[in-house]
Amino acid sequence: MSTSPVLPPALRLADVHKSFGKTAIIRGVDLDLIEGERHALIGPNGAGKSTLFNLISGRLHATAGTIQLRGADITRATPQAINRMGLARSFQVTNLFHRMTVFENLRCGALWSRGVGYTFWRRVDTLREANARADEVLEAIGLTRRRAVVAGELTYAEQRALEIGVTIACGAGVILLDEPTAGMSRSESDAAVALIKKVTIGKTLILVEHDMDVVFGIADRVSVLVYGEVIATGTPDAIHANIRVQEAYLGTDLAKGIDKELTGA
Amino acid sequence: MKPGTSLIAAALALICLLALPYVFTQGFALSLLCQMGIATIFALSYNMLLGQTGLLSFGHAVYFGLGAFCAMHVLRWAGGTGIGGAWAVVLLPLIGGLGGLLAGLILGVVTTRRAGTIFAMISLGVGEMVASIAPMFPALFGGEAGLSANRVFGAPLFGITFGPQRQVYFLIVAWALVAAWGMRALTRTPLGRMANAVRDNPERAQFVGYNPQMVRLLMLALSGFFAGIAGGLSAINYEIVTGETLGANTSALVLLMAFIGGVGQFYGPIIGAVLVTFLQTALSQYTHAWLFYFGLFFLFMVLNAPGGIASLIQLHRDPWRQGLLRWIWPQYALAALPVALTLAGLIGVVELIYRIAGGVEAGETSWKLFGQAIDATRWQPWALALLLLAAGGAWLEKTWSGVAWQWQMVLLATARGNDR
Ligand SMILES: Nc1ncnc2c1ncn2[C@@H]1O[C@H](COP(=O)(O)OP(=O)(O)O)[C@@H](O)[C@H]1O
Ligand SMILES: [Mg+2]
Repeated sequence: MSTSPVLPPALRLADVHKSFGKTAIIRGVDLDLIEGERHALIGPNGAGKSTLFNLISGRLHATAGTIQLRGADITRATPQAINRMGLARSFQVTNLFHRMTVFENLRCGALWSRGVGYTFWRRVDTLREANARADEVLEAIGLTRRRAVVAGELTYAEQRALEIGVTIACGAGVILLDEPTAGMSRSESDAAVALIKKVTIGKTLILVEHDMDVVFGIADRVSVLVYGEVIATGTPDAIHANIRVQEAYLGTDLAKGIDKELTGA
Repeated sequence: MKPGTSLIAAALALICLLALPYVFTQGFALSLLCQMGIATIFALSYNMLLGQTGLLSFGHAVYFGLGAFCAMHVLRWAGGTGIGGAWAVVLLPLIGGLGGLLAGLILGVVTTRRAGTIFAMISLGVGEMVASIAPMFPALFGGEAGLSANRVFGAPLFGITFGPQRQVYFLIVAWALVAAWGMRALTRTPLGRMANAVRDNPERAQFVGYNPQMVRLLMLALSGFFAGIAGGLSAINYEIVTGETLGANTSALVLLMAFIGGVGQFYGPIIGAVLVTFLQTALSQYTHAWLFYFGLFFLFMVLNAPGGIASLIQLHRDPWRQGLLRWIWPQYALAALPVALTLAGLIGVVELIYRIAGGVEAGETSWKLFGQAIDATRWQPWALALLLLAAGGAWLEKTWSGVAWQWQMVLLATARGNDR
């Protein structure tokens, strides 16, 4: 008799803790991401959202608990190992190869997943797959005309778009975006939402977002992180109805934002 | 540049390289040319670390020196047995390269764990360590006298024995071309590009799947390979290698070459290597204060053109392509005379001070300039030099603001032209 194979969650966090010195920042987070869902992580500033992303992506290591990527334990893995296993992330503070061109940035993002490794005996221009992938992403993020511009010289919105581009260039199945629209104007943010939706088709996405329009526009499910704990997970509508969330945000911009969104005001 | 023009430029450059030893036939000039060729490879290899991977090394002489010692041992062995003859000499730099590669792989495991200041400090420590270990093993490093050998032995190759310096020059040119081509090609490989990425942002490199430490290690090892080739050529050229080759002086010199030439462009270190070698060798023939001038020049470059000479060339490139440089030349011409006067005054003061302070042989305070006897103990030369320096400097300051203003105009026009 064979057990029917159960698809493991794309990402599973089990009782994850993180302390800096004596300060506990993440205090027992349990979270399952279903394969293919778009999940928003919301919560006040300092709640530990970026820290949680750092734990998942290997930038930091959890003090306790386990993190699994499609059933494989990644709690102690290095960022590069986790990336090679199919998880990619963007950063809240733009984190690019600032002296390289837009195209070079994207190609660097695509190289490893095309099996190139540390090759030093082949010209990078002859790697058809990696170059094609970089151009494909270049077009998707709408920077085709800025192809040869050095990343450090882009406008803020362009850098944010490139930040997403470098993240998705490797074609990872699980994508973490940390405040992709922060600091953008309304129209820029709308463009970013369309971009995120387009490039994450068929992928599992978790994003940190303050803008409720963006959250409700993208997310299938929402989790609320407050003081290092997930106090609620559910559909955007269910979250709105959750009283504890209301308490946590009573009087804050975020709560007003949720209200505004759901009442259509 | 069209492929046709660059091909012609390359052909011309090659012809120049081949013609040089027939133009400069004196032994002094020829050995200077050889030194420049070796320094070019060495400085380019250094820039694989500094310019391409963002690693500031204070111990690059280790790979040059260990390569040189490896080559020297093989040269001595081949000379003793007569194996290979001139063929052995042709391939010897490769032995040096392999020595440098191996040293890079071994030492790199320790040094490339971290970047930035920590890498710089560790490279300094490792460099000093290797240099101080050398005297303890006279069998390997020849003690104070170093190791020497004769590069002429066995069968010649098509009549080439590598006895005459000119033949060695051609060997150096050939290896320099191959090595430069190899290093240039390396910048265009996945590893070369990821080295740039690790230089810019090692953390992000991790999140696109690369281990920055591995990238640094491979770049260091390959850089050690090319430094070792330069070392092997130096073993052939001088027929002697001493422990000093491994030391901090050599490491500092290659840093200066790369920095003065410019680490931001591939060709920068070539300019730096040629210029610094020239200054070091030629200037020291004319003045005892050459090291002081050299330091002054370095200071000037660091303060005014931190991107090195290559950055100045890059600055002129776009305006030149758009034909805008004709607005600058007249300004430069106007500034030429004040520059010359200021320099003359400065040199005068420096030389007088050196004479007075006994920098030259004791008691020798007068010397001849343009057939005119100058005595540093009298006041007239001092007055003249100080006057030149002060007046020239003041004049220069005025004309230079004109140059700067004109440059702003040209850069604005260039930017507009680029947008079009
Ligand atoms: N490396 C660190 N060392 C010490 N404290 C940190 C570190 N990273 C984050 N913190 C702290 O953890 C808390 C949560 O930060 P963060 O995860 O960035 O919040 P969020 O992204 O939800 O706004 C903050 O109080 C922050 O100061
Ligand atoms: Mg954050």
